[in-house]
Amino acid sequence: MEVDFGPAVRDFRDELRDWLADHLVGEFAEHRGVGGPTDGAAWEVRLAWDRELSAGRWLGVAWPEEYGGRGLGLLEEIVFEYEYARANAPYRATVNALDLLGPMLLKMGTEEQKKRFLPPILAVEELWGQGFSEPGAGSDLASVRTRAERDGEEWVVSGQKVWTSFGIHADWLYVLTRTDPDSVRHKGLTLLLLPTDQPGVEIRPIRNLAGQDEFAEVFLSDARTHADMAVGEVGQGWRTAMATLGIERGTTLLPQQLGFEREAEALIDLARERGALDDPMLRRRIVDAWISVRIMRTTNLRTLAELTAGRTPGAQATTAKLYASTRHQQLGHLAMELAGPAGQIVGEDYGLDMRQRSFLLSLAETIYGGSSEIQRNIIGEQLLGLPKEPRP
Amino acid sequence: MDLTFSEEQDELRKVVRSFLAKYSDEAAVRRLAADPRGHDPVLWRRMAGELGLQGLAVPEEYGGSGFGYVDLGIVFEEAGRALLCGPYFATVALAAEALLRCDDERARRDLLPGIASGATVATLALTEDDGRWDAQGIGLTARERATGWQLTGTKTYVPDGHLADLLLVAARTPCGISLLAVGADAPGLDRTSLPTLDQTRKQARLEFTDTPARLVGTEGTAWPALERTLATASVLLAAEQAGGAAAALDAAVEYAKIRVQYGRPIGSFQGIKHKCADMLVDIESARSAAYAGLWALDAGDETETAIAAALAQTFCSETFTRVAGDNIQVHGGIGFTWEHPAHLYFKRAKSSEVLLGTPSHHRELLATRLGI
Ligand SMILES: Cc1cc2nc3c(=O)[nH]c(=O)nc-3n(C[C@H](O)[C@H](O)[C@H](O)COP(=O)(O)OP(=O)(O)OC[C@H]3O[C@@H](n4cnc5c(N)ncnc54)[C@H](O)[C@@H]3O)c2cc1C
Repeated sequence: MEVDFGPAVRDFRDELRDWLADHLVGEFAEHRGVGGPTDGAAWEVRLAWDRELSAGRWLGVAWPEEYGGRGLGLLEEIVFEYEYARANAPYRATVNALDLLGPMLLKMGTEEQKKRFLPPILAVEELWGQGFSEPGAGSDLASVRTRAERDGEEWVVSGQKVWTSFGIHADWLYVLTRTDPDSVRHKGLTLLLLPTDQPGVEIRPIRNLAGQDEFAEVFLSDARTHADMAVGEVGQGWRTAMATLGIERGTTLLPQQLGFEREAEALIDLARERGALDDPMLRRRIVDAWISVRIMRTTNLRTLAELTAGRTPGAQATTAKLYASTRHQQLGHLAMELAGPAGQIVGEDYGLDMRQRSFLLSLAETIYGGSSEIQRNIIGEQLLGLPKEPRP
Repeated sequence: MDLTFSEEQDELRKVVRSFLAKYSDEAAVRRLAADPRGHDPVLWRRMAGELGLQGLAVPEEYGGSGFGYVDLGIVFEEAGRALLCGPYFATVALAAEALLRCDDERARRDLLPGIASGATVATLALTEDDGRWDAQGIGLTARERATGWQLTGTKTYVPDGHLADLLLVAARTPCGISLLAVGADAPGLDRTSLPTLDQTRKQARLEFTDTPARLVGTEGTAWPALERTLATASVLLAAEQAGGAAAALDAAVEYAKIRVQYGRPIGSFQGIKHKCADMLVDIESARSAAYAGLWALDAGDETETAIAAALAQTFCSETFTRVAGDNIQVHGGIGFTWEHPAHLYFKRAKSSEVLLGTPSHHRELLATRLGI
């Protein structure tokens, strides 16, 4: 798992490696590989780990210094993610704000918004949730019904959001709202930043199929936020939301898939232990699993190379998600098969081991961030130029 | 990280694509497919004279232009897209590579310039009746007589063996596997064309009876060099397969946009749209597989090349066949006709799948190389 990013970033990499070696110890080291947006039991440790990273100034490596970042480039950010994944450090609790909201604010936020929100994100002082989906607006995000109305210097927001990752911990939400009551679909939407600490916001955890409080439903009834909490233009929220979804996918996919590589290697070890390598059918599936993770790696490196060269990423940047999510599920099935009956036994309180957790959580990867079916529509229509589905 | 194409490489792709669009269009492919020799010497000379394609990755000291494997891979991808007919793969991916890899400076100086200039059509004769791509499959023998080396035995499924001016033959000698060069006019050489399912790439059966040959490299040491040659050829073939698959997808998409059923273009139905999307996912993944091999080759990393090559052959073979089959499906009845080009791609895919060994063979190579 070695990729050489060139001499320019070698010092940076070495500094990071040393830092990780010194700090990813004790309790933090025990939580290596712990993942998922909310792993309840580990939450406090993970927050502490994020603060440790913050103190080391490793959060927001590519963000401007005036907002608390290091002011370095995309390449350093990639190297950071790569080394981070290589060290198998815990999944970051602040990933939502770091990967999605932060970059969106940097791109489309006002100067006041950047000054107000970016430093606390990097200091792990404020946690964020993304309130896009609603009970009636999942794949069809443009059918958002949560309404926001102006009342003097404030927006008054009512509606329901769902599947909000990190929702139960969020101090703030960024929500997609309909600000023009007569509008339909993509028009008349606005993206608002909304504090959760107020009477009009109720957040209830939803347990996922692995038994974790991974996400939440959010009820907004006359919740309030200040007029200047709109990101991008009022009425142009669709554009803002799409920009968020499109931000720097490449940098987050690579580390995730390094994790998959680690799983594939563990799987081969397990198969060797079990003497399963002599079974021709299993052997074939194991090699195919290895092929999948290796292809994911190359595909991501292609995208990253294009990004760092200042080129527009090719089609592979879009197809990567569908490929990776599908193949990761297959990897999980194979790992569970190799584990045999022992793999079916869980710990107290539905306590899952790493393999079980990764397998079960992989079921979400073909749903969130655009389901596989939606990905196929996007690939067909946007990359291949096929005619759109008939829509009302 | 230079895992992206440079502007020069984009330009190379453009030039090769427009050249092949002109000289290897469907009419040319059909003409050469129907022609038992399947070779157009005028096109071959143009490829060498106008673009230097035969010598692109041959080092300058041997008359080539010394480009890298990523560049050569671009040419193969485009050749696959255009279903280029002729001995390009045999000459460049097999013969030239075998010469570059066996330790024989004199042979390289004698034989490579002809290949690079387009004067020599060459191939590698490795497989025999059992079609194996491993050392055990080599039974043809070479003996050293007073007058020099002589070959006796049979080679078959030799790509473009019916017309190659230069045959590089893998043979068994008392010391092990050796490589020998034979000229087309050598006495005791009998060549028969084999009618092929995929008419766009011809094969031949070669019989040698005390045929005089020239030893290339040191006696008994050819297998490691041949293995590396096969790895390189596997990567180049994978690039060709990725290109062929991309062309099949283009055809499917074009048709899906214009063919109307139930009052709307079939491409607006998810059954077809999603099939096309899956084809693209596979093709981009196949590109990654092939490019990883090309980068490993340019980096000169042999271990990595061996792994990437087996991976690429496994994945790109299966992808091309699947995508070419889906293209027929998208076309419906018309895709099943002789008149439509869809079957040309499908047959090229199916034959490429076994050209350097089946996907199962390469999976096993990969498993072995990974220590699984
Ligand atoms: C773990 C997890 C975390 C999430 N975190 C967040 C978050 O933090 N914030 C947030 O806003 N959202 C979040 N989501 C929501 C996620 O974006 C949605 O679940 C997703 O967009 C799918 O919407 P849905 O669940 O309403 O399913 P639906 O849209 O109802 O889809 C149901 C099924 O129908 C298919 N389908 C729908 N439309 C079409 C179509 N046009 N063509 C073909 N098939 C179709 C889908 O592919 C799916 O198979 C999260 C989801 C998960 C699972």
